[in-house]
Amino acid sequence: MSRIMVVDDSNSMRALIAQTLRGAGHEVTEAADGQFALDLVGTTKIDLFLCDVNMPRIDGLTLVKRLRTLAPSKFTPILMLTTEVDPEKIKVAKAAGATGWMVKPFQPDQLLATIRKVLT
Amino acid sequence: MSGLDAATFAALQATFLEESFEGLDRAEAGLLTLDTAVTDEVVGELFRAIHSIKGGAGAFGIDEITGLAHTMESVLDDVRSGAAPTPAMTAALLRGVDELRLALEERRAGRVASGAAHAGVCAALTAARGAAPRGVAPAPPVPVAPAVNAAPWRVEFAPLPHLMRNGNDPLRLLRELASLGGTVIAVDTSRLPRFEDLDPTECHLAWTLEVPGAVERAAIDEVFAWVDGDCTLAITRAAPVAADAPALAAIAADAPMATSERAGAPASREASAIGSIRVGVDKIDQLMNMIGELVITQSMLGELDGEGPVDAERLARLREGLSQLARNTRAMQESVVRLRSMPVGVVFGRIPRLVHDVGARLGKEVALELSGGTTELDKTVLEKLGDPLVHIVRNSIDHGIELPDARAAAGKPRHGTIRLHAEHRGSEIVIEVADDGRGLDLPRIRAKAVERGLIGADTALTDDETAKLIFAPGFSTAEVVSDVSGRGVGMDVVWRHIKELGGQVDVQSSPGAGTRTILRLPLTLAIIDGQLIRVLEHQYVVPLLSIVESVQIDPRRRARLAGGHDIYRVREQIVPIVDLGAALGLRPPGVATSSLLMIVETDGAPLGLIVDELLAQQQVVIKSLESNYQRVDGLAGATILGDGRVAFILDIVDLARHARRGRVGHADHEQAA
Repeated sequence: MSRIMVVDDSNSMRALIAQTLRGAGHEVTEAADGQFALDLVGTTKIDLFLCDVNMPRIDGLTLVKRLRTLAPSKFTPILMLTTEVDPEKIKVAKAAGATGWMVKPFQPDQLLATIRKVLT
Repeated sequence: MSGLDAATFAALQATFLEESFEGLDRAEAGLLTLDTAVTDEVVGELFRAIHSIKGGAGAFGIDEITGLAHTMESVLDDVRSGAAPTPAMTAALLRGVDELRLALEERRAGRVASGAAHAGVCAALTAARGAAPRGVAPAPPVPVAPAVNAAPWRVEFAPLPHLMRNGNDPLRLLRELASLGGTVIAVDTSRLPRFEDLDPTECHLAWTLEVPGAVERAAIDEVFAWVDGDCTLAITRAAPVAADAPALAAIAADAPMATSERAGAPASREASAIGSIRVGVDKIDQLMNMIGELVITQSMLGELDGEGPVDAERLARLREGLSQLARNTRAMQESVVRLRSMPVGVVFGRIPRLVHDVGARLGKEVALELSGGTTELDKTVLEKLGDPLVHIVRNSIDHGIELPDARAAAGKPRHGTIRLHAEHRGSEIVIEVADDGRGLDLPRIRAKAVERGLIGADTALTDDETAKLIFAPGFSTAEVVSDVSGRGVGMDVVWRHIKELGGQVDVQSSPGAGTRTILRLPLTLAIIDGQLIRVLEHQYVVPLLSIVESVQIDPRRRARLAGGHDIYRVREQIVPIVDLGAALGLRPPGVATSSLLMIVETDGAPLGLIVDELLAQQQVVIKSLESNYQRVDGLAGATILGDGRVAFILDIVDLARHARRGRVGHADHEQAA
C-alpha cells in the first residue's frame, strides 16, 4: 500500500481517481488545488503525486516546480494528468520536474498499471 | 467501468454533470466579456472549464461531446497563448457551450444526444481559428510487424546525470524492460566519479540490454517515453550475444538497496516506516520493575506446590498469591500500553508552520494556542491523527477566521485565534480545535444537505447535528459550501480517519463567534475495563468508564413524555431511559420487568439503560466486529469471556444517539455461544 496524493480541481475527476486507488488498497490524500497540496506535503509522507495540469491559482506546472524545491517531495514521482500528448507541453512539464504523464481519460486498470510501474 | 461499483460510478457521474453545468455557466459569462476585454484570468477560467469537461467526459463515458470539447479547447488554447479572439470565434464558442449544455442535459435525463450539430460548430470554430486544425492527437506510432524470428533488440541506455531529479528511476526502466523479457548484457561504469566526488542524486551508470526480437519496437519506446531527453538511447536490431548474461530480473531485484543508498532522500522515507518506536528509558525501567514483581509472585506461588497437606493456611497464601498476580498483570498491562503511547505534541508540532503559511497566504492574522501537548496517546492513533488535524486547522483559517478588516468591523480583535487542546477524559482522549471566526452557515448547510438528499426536507435537526453534516461523505465531495462559507473538501477525510480509530467527531458552531471541532479518541485500541450485564439470557459488556451509577427504579420518579420517550428523575436531573432489551431487539418495547437502571454518560449527557442484572466487572480485550463480521448498530465490538463465551460490547454513544432521536436501534443478531 502506498500513499498517493491526487491534486485535481474537478471534484468528480478527483473522486473517481481516488476511489479507484482506494479500491486497489492505496491510501489517498485528496487536494483540490495546488496550495492545499503544498500545505500537506510538509505534514504527510507521500509516495506519489498525481497532478492535474490546469488548475486555478497554482497550476499543475507551478505546483511541480514548488514540490521539487521541498525536501520531502524532491525525488517523489509526480505524474501529470493531461488530456493530450503535445510534445511541447511535455517538454515544459519535464523541465518543471514532472516524472511522467497519463493521458485522460484513462480506464482504472490503466491508471493502476501505470502507478504500479512508478511505485515498486 | 471496472474497479468501481455501478452506484459509486453513477454518483460520481452525477457530480460531474453538476460541475460541468456550473463550468458552462462560468464559461458563458466569461465569453460574454471577451468582446470588451480579454484578461488572462477570464481566458484561464474559460479554458479550464472546457478542459475539465473534456477530460471528465471521457472518464465518465460521455463520449459524444469529447470531439466538440476538444475543438473548443484548442481554440481557447490559442487565445490563452495570445491570439486575439474574433467576434466570429466568440460566437462559435458560445454555440459550442450551448451544444455541450444540451448534450449534458440529455445525459442527465438518461439519454444520449445525437450531437448532429457538433460537426457544424466544430467547422465554425476551425474556420474562426483561421488555420488548419492544430493540436490534434498525434498519429499513432507506425506499427512494426511482430517478427517472431527477428534478431533481438539491442538497447543502449545511458541516463544523463540529472535523470533522477524528476523522480524517475533507472531501475524502474530496467524492470519494465525485464517484464518484456529484456536482459542486461553490459553495464558501463566508466563514468562513475571517484567516491569523494559522487553526488548521490546523479546517475552515472549506463546499460546495454537485449530484448527479444518478437517484442514490438513501440513497446520499448514506451518504456522510455518519460525519460526522452534525459538519457541517450539507441535501439537497434542486433546479433544475439552470449547466453550466460545475468537475468535482468535478478539484477533489478538485488539493486534497490544500492539505488536507495545513492538516491539518499527516498531511502530515508522507507526507513521511517511505521514499524519502530522510540521509548523513554524510564518506561522500560518501569516495565523491568513489574517483571521483577512478577518473578517474586511466581516464586511465592511456586513454594505452595510442595509436599504436605492443603490446609487453610496454604489456601490463604494461594489466594494472596493469586491476587498479587492479578495486580502484577494489570500493572504490566498498563506499562505496555504506556510503551505504545506518545505525546500528542508530536502531531501538534506540525501545526504552527501550517498556521503561519496558510495565514500569510490568505492575508489573515492568526494566533495559535496549543495546550495539553504532553497528553499521551496510542502511537497508532497518533499516526492517524495528523491528517485530520491538518484538515481541520486549514479549514478554520480558510473559512472560519475572517480577514483582519472584517474582524475589526465586527468588533473582534484583528487577529483570529485557533486553540488546540488535548486532554484525557475518562477512557478517551479529547482533542479540540476551536477558532473565533465566523462560524458555520447552518441554514446553507442544511439547504445543501437537503438538496444532496442527505436528509429529508422535513428532518428535524439540532444545530449541532446540522453542523455535523459537513462531515458526510456526499457533502464534502460535492464541495458545496467551501467557496461561500462552509467547510468543504477534506472534512469527510476527517470523519473517515476518526471513525477508523473508533473515535467520534463533533462540531459546534456559533454564528459570528467561532467553531469548535471536537475529536474523541479511545485511549487504547485493545483493552477496556468492562461491566458485564445480563439482558434476558444474554451477556453484554458496558465500558466501565461510561457508567455513572446504578439505581433501583422507583416508579414514582419515572414518567413518559409525549412521543413515547421515557424519562427518569435522578436527584435534580432528568435522564432519558431506554430498555436495553428492546434497543437490542431482544424483546418488544415496554415489557421489561427489571427494576435496575444503569446510568451511563456520553458526550456529557446522561442516559439510563434498563438492564436485567449486573454481573462481574472485568477487563476485556476488544475484538473488532467490522474486521471479523460487519458493523452492527449499537455494538462497539465483541470479546471472549473467561468461560469461552462471546459477549458483545455495547456502543454507548451509538445507543444514546438513537435514544435521543427517539429511534430505537434494531440489531438483528444472536449471541454466539
